[in-house]
Amino acid sequence: MKQLRRSMLFVPGNNPGMIRDAHIYGSDSIMFDLEDSVALTEKDAARFLVYQALTSLRYGKKELVVRINDLSSGLGVEDLEAIVRARPNVIRLPKTETADDVIECEREIERIEREAGIPVGSTSMMAAIESAKGVLNAYDIARASKRLVAIALGAEDYVTDMKTTRSDGTELFFARNMILNAARAAGLDAIDTVYSDVNNEEGFLQEVELIKKLGFDGKSVINPRQIPPLHRAYMPSEKDLMKARAVMNAIAEANARGSGVASLNGKMIDRPVVIRAERLLELAKAANIIPIEEV
Amino acid sequence: MQIIQAGFAGTMESSDIMIRLEPKDSPGVELHLTSSVMQQFGKQISQVILSTLADMQVDGVIVTATDKGALDCTVRARVCTAVHRAANSENYMWRTKA
Repeated sequence: MKQLRRSMLFVPGNNPGMIRDAHIYGSDSIMFDLEDSVALTEKDAARFLVYQALTSLRYGKKELVVRINDLSSGLGVEDLEAIVRARPNVIRLPKTETADDVIECEREIERIEREAGIPVGSTSMMAAIESAKGVLNAYDIARASKRLVAIALGAEDYVTDMKTTRSDGTELFFARNMILNAARAAGLDAIDTVYSDVNNEEGFLQEVELIKKLGFDGKSVINPRQIPPLHRAYMPSEKDLMKARAVMNAIAEANARGSGVASLNGKMIDRPVVIRAERLLELAKAANIIPIEEV
Repeated sequence: MQIIQAGFAGTMESSDIMIRLEPKDSPGVELHLTSSVMQQFGKQISQVILSTLADMQVDGVIVTATDKGALDCTVRARVCTAVHRAANSENYMWRTKA
């Protein structure tokens, strides 16, 4: 079944209480952060804490992601030394500007996997794009490694680089579309940025509607309260599901007749219609396994 | 690992534990533990602290620990951090343990 990435909950890597409770809020992925949420003087402490949590606690089937510091900071390699050995599902690389950033990170991951006797290639990667240069290189970044499962937009740094601020989404329109197109062209998931005004639920829902319409697979969240409305927005409607089931039934009937052409209500069913129906049913199936819980 | 200076790790926040290590003139571990869950888990917390120190081959140390309901993995993480800081060592365990 497809890995859902509707919601990726940010958890500060040096906060034991939040690390302990992170799995109860129902997000599809948990992202333990060693980067911006951790003070420079506590980077060692956060590495130990996330390492111990990943090797001791059970988070069920949630996708476990760790955001490391970028390699040019002088902290990223030590993050990888600890975290790759703790076997998370995904390493999230911040501030990715070029394909070389991904390749360099992959090289370090592979070296550590070999040294630690971990199957080479078993650690996936995700690249966060947070600058004008990164956005322009999005497709090269997306194709840089077979380990990549998704690319993500990091908007706060991006808008600063663009000499603007977060507002109604206009300022992110180009970046979102570049990242989304690059992800799709490379066969990856696309994850939208955080919505940091946690008390503005209306603004959050508007942003969720926008990114869903654009085609994003999901969004990073910084507060557990944002998870249920996000999942509700991504839940297919019953009307759409009925239509999708009818499409798949018509295809099955046509196949049983040995016919290569299927039709529904007098209209021929094109291949893109089938792909959309399959995707919708897959999403509903995956989403129904994880109930939406209010927090 | 040899303790050569005072080293701290952790916070006084809920679910955390504050660890302070100091060099001791004689062999052995002198542990002073206070915990918000002393009655229920005091013995277990002490065991985790002592076993982590033993795993890291730390001897001759005074440990002052103030627990606020930390899980075992948090206790281990904070002790490891404090030991490296007190030993002024960046030879982190993951290089040798894996």
